[in-house]
Amino acid sequence: MKTLLNPFFGQYGGMYVGEILIPALLQLEKAFVEAKDDPAFRAELNDLMHNYAGRPTPITLCRNITKGTNTRIYLKREDLLHGGAHKTNQVLGQALLARRMGKTRIIAETGAGQHGVATAIVCALFGFKCRIYMGITDVKRQEPNVFRMRLMGAEVVPVTTGVGTLKEACNEALRDWAGSFENTHYMLGTAAGPHPFPTIVKEFQKIIGEEAKRQFMEKEDGRLPDAVFACVGGGSNSIGIFTDFLKEKDVKLYGVEPAGYGLDTKFHGATLEKGKEGIFFGAKSLNLQDEYGQIQESHSVSAGLDFPSVGPEHAYLQSIGRVKYDSVTDDEALNAFMELSRKEGIVPALESSHALAYALKLARQDPEKKQTFLVNLSGRGDKDIFTVGKILKDRGQF
Amino acid sequence: MTARYENLFRKLKEKNEGAFVPFVVVGDPDIETSVEIMSTLIENGADALELGIPFSDPGSDGPVIQVSDHRAITAGVTPPMCFEAIKRIRDKYPETPIGLLMYVNLVYAPGIDKFYRTAAESGVDSILVADVPVVMYEFGNDPWKECAEKYGIDQIFIAPPNASDYVLEAVAKYSRGYTYLLSRAGVTGTGMAAHRPVAHVMDILRKNNSAPCLLGFGISEPEQVRAAIKDGADGAISGSAVVKIIEENLGDHKKLMSELASFTRAMKDATRA
Repeated sequence: MKTLLNPFFGQYGGMYVGEILIPALLQLEKAFVEAKDDPAFRAELNDLMHNYAGRPTPITLCRNITKGTNTRIYLKREDLLHGGAHKTNQVLGQALLARRMGKTRIIAETGAGQHGVATAIVCALFGFKCRIYMGITDVKRQEPNVFRMRLMGAEVVPVTTGVGTLKEACNEALRDWAGSFENTHYMLGTAAGPHPFPTIVKEFQKIIGEEAKRQFMEKEDGRLPDAVFACVGGGSNSIGIFTDFLKEKDVKLYGVEPAGYGLDTKFHGATLEKGKEGIFFGAKSLNLQDEYGQIQESHSVSAGLDFPSVGPEHAYLQSIGRVKYDSVTDDEALNAFMELSRKEGIVPALESSHALAYALKLARQDPEKKQTFLVNLSGRGDKDIFTVGKILKDRGQF
Repeated sequence: MTARYENLFRKLKEKNEGAFVPFVVVGDPDIETSVEIMSTLIENGADALELGIPFSDPGSDGPVIQVSDHRAITAGVTPPMCFEAIKRIRDKYPETPIGLLMYVNLVYAPGIDKFYRTAAESGVDSILVADVPVVMYEFGNDPWKECAEKYGIDQIFIAPPNASDYVLEAVAKYSRGYTYLLSRAGVTGTGMAAHRPVAHVMDILRKNNSAPCLLGFGISEPEQVRAAIKDGADGAISGSAVVKIIEENLGDHKKLMSELASFTRAMKDATRA
């Protein structure tokens, strides 16, 4: 049996799901292949991206945060996108595919709730029935997003198995889909999972990098950035900003993972640095797993990065050395969150704060060096204010 | 086909009986009790055993088997401990076919070759990897076929009701030992009862000389076993209903064994025409 597109990125990827779901994945692949070159589909998606979601998002040169260095940092402002994060880009694409396939119900998993909110948005817009699976821990720590989802008519189902984070939400969404695929589209939220999801999500997110590159070159006399930074949980905002830069060999690409309490502890989510090869959530990739293959719990202060696996294309890009994956701790991310809020008047998502923290670290390691960075500010931090507020109060800093 | 499956299905045919195959998670609730559970199932008429090794993320299972996996993992059960337990059952019951129903990462992470070797050394006859569909098997970038042949393990495939003719033909071609006939979509569990086998599915499997077909998912009552065999299946697999008995009798060892025994006898009786 053949798929229309290659389901692998090098040795990673594939469609490792029960036989029962294969017809649904093949149906989705076929719809995607037909739609992406259909002018009517492209025109409708383009219209939604511009007039509903608010594309293009700007890039912003930081005025204050880089003082004392010769580094200039531009932020790609996905926080300004409708919904508050880059997630809206690809749900618009998937919603059009779902409609094209005649599906009437949408299910999705969510960690930080950003993908859940984005899914709720398109379901309200297109009149789909909507059910969001969210780990119980995340329901508690991302309460504002839970409210937003319910406000827009989505049913939010708290998942109580395991420690109740994104991994369990993914399992539960796949279980639902195994019995509901005939009328239901699984709107997977990141560039992970079984083929064709990583390819579809990349296709609809790569606009981030295409726009940012054009905008950067306009502002910087046709030059390219020295380096591009993005946080990596499942990997959708990072693949979105990286894709158009992959061919620009002089541009360094950095994916920043959550080091949680530190890579020498058990409490992190640095799958690419510390993970082992395995097959989980439908794809061969790197996972946090023990010697037998049991998937371990990850940790991050940021719910959206708290995931023990990663999209297969990132495992591939690491294996060929094109992208360097490194990590910052919860504390480093929190500091960047505070700094951007105080010095630039922008409250970033805790996820995006990881990318910023790493860019700032490189800038300050070599303050003399003249360099220009592009950081994907993948989402806004409104959803995180209670989490951060509690941490700051506990520390006596607020 | 391994000699054990071959002998089993030949004998059943001679007696005009179907197969009753219970599924349990090895190590639930602990290794010693689990060995006793498996013995009880065989002593009371199970024609073969279908066994899971507890996994952290049983994504194709409903709540009952999820909790079963979790109980075993919480009790500290590891795959090597499961293989030791299986070896004890193999030594005690040299004729009974033993199949593994696995999630792929427990096979892939330690190394496919090593896993199949260990399984064969423990007396396992067949392996079904629930999340390796035909399309991935045929892609050929993992040595499933090579390892199965090298260690004399029967690779089992699932025939779902919604599969394309292509997949059903492939399942008939690749599946050794038996073919797992999926009664319905969804996850394991008795919440949604089994559907009857789809005639079209059975036709294609038969036309392509499939191994004997065992119907599974949502089988919890003797009447369903009888119906499955009447509809042309060679037997039935029951998982969640068995595991539910374990769950409901955790505090009462004697009752647990007697309930399992009477359930198994009733289900086996239903395979006799």
